[in-house]
Amino acid sequence: MSETLYPAAAIAVVALVTCALRALPFALFGSRPLPKTMRYLSRALPPAIMTVLVLYCLRNTSFAVFPFGIPEVASCLLVVLLQAFRRNMYLSIIAGTVCYMVLLRVL
Amino acid sequence: MRELRFAVKHTLPIFFTYLFIGIAFGMLMIDAGYGVLLSVLSALFIYAGSMQLVMVPMMASGASLLTLALMTAFINARHIFYGIGFIESFRKMGWRRFYMIFALTDETYSILCSVRYNDELDPNRAAFLIAMLNHLYWIFGCLIGACAGRFLPFDMRGIEFSATAFFLVVVVEQWRQYRSKLPFLAAVVCALALALLLGREYFLVPTLAACLAALLLLRRPIERKEELEHE
Repeated sequence: MSETLYPAAAIAVVALVTCALRALPFALFGSRPLPKTMRYLSRALPPAIMTVLVLYCLRNTSFAVFPFGIPEVASCLLVVLLQAFRRNMYLSIIAGTVCYMVLLRVL
Repeated sequence: MRELRFAVKHTLPIFFTYLFIGIAFGMLMIDAGYGVLLSVLSALFIYAGSMQLVMVPMMASGASLLTLALMTAFINARHIFYGIGFIESFRKMGWRRFYMIFALTDETYSILCSVRYNDELDPNRAAFLIAMLNHLYWIFGCLIGACAGRFLPFDMRGIEFSATAFFLVVVVEQWRQYRSKLPFLAAVVCALALALLLGREYFLVPTLAACLAALLLLRRPIERKEELEHE
């Protein structure tokens, strides 16, 4: 494939596959009334998905070697405590990220 | 106008995440010899952070289109699960639903999961603006990275934690909202078990499938608890 066409084709392929995946549930259940099971899942699934996403983000934490996952654990703890007691999303996210970036450099 | 203000307020945390990850992508593209135009086109039409970052070295090594398609299916398969929660609410959005489906990234999904629209707002309009603002932030980040990445004087190592922190905030809010804690528990158990079994890089999609199965099995106790809440 020509030098100029290849990157454009590559981007098109990645875009189409991504969009097809996002559209799949809508294509399957698009126009029919939603079955009861799907309605249940649409409520029960989000907290499970978000929990899994958090764990996936933390997948590269290594507890066996220095700094033993301290930046991740401490920053996550800070986010959870701030969000639980102060309930200010911006404060939680900014404080957590700054804490992580600082610990990454000083440890 | 009210909806726009609401959307800006709720997407602000994502602005920073997308800006920095977008910059990282733009810089990678320029380093690999692809121009500003291709960086922006990727942001506009692909709009999937991790896959865009993986795509650059694959393109640079001349991976076949089929390999790219398979890799995309592998990395973005999690998106199949996101739509399930929005089938009914997107249906009410008319032509805008096509854009909503296209723009359903991890971050947009988590905002839409956690926002509560008050009575003064048109929820469809607000949701649409949330999705569009996030997309604009992403395009902006990729553009900045491609144009000016090498002149930025900061060491941004660790900024990607802002996405983790955001997801964690959503989980804390959901924890408050859901009477039944079984969905959280099922997710942790499935994730840890499958991470041990399959390794850190490969557990995501199997875990989401396992959660779906677990939630179907736990339907009765979860629904009983959740119904109490509505009474």
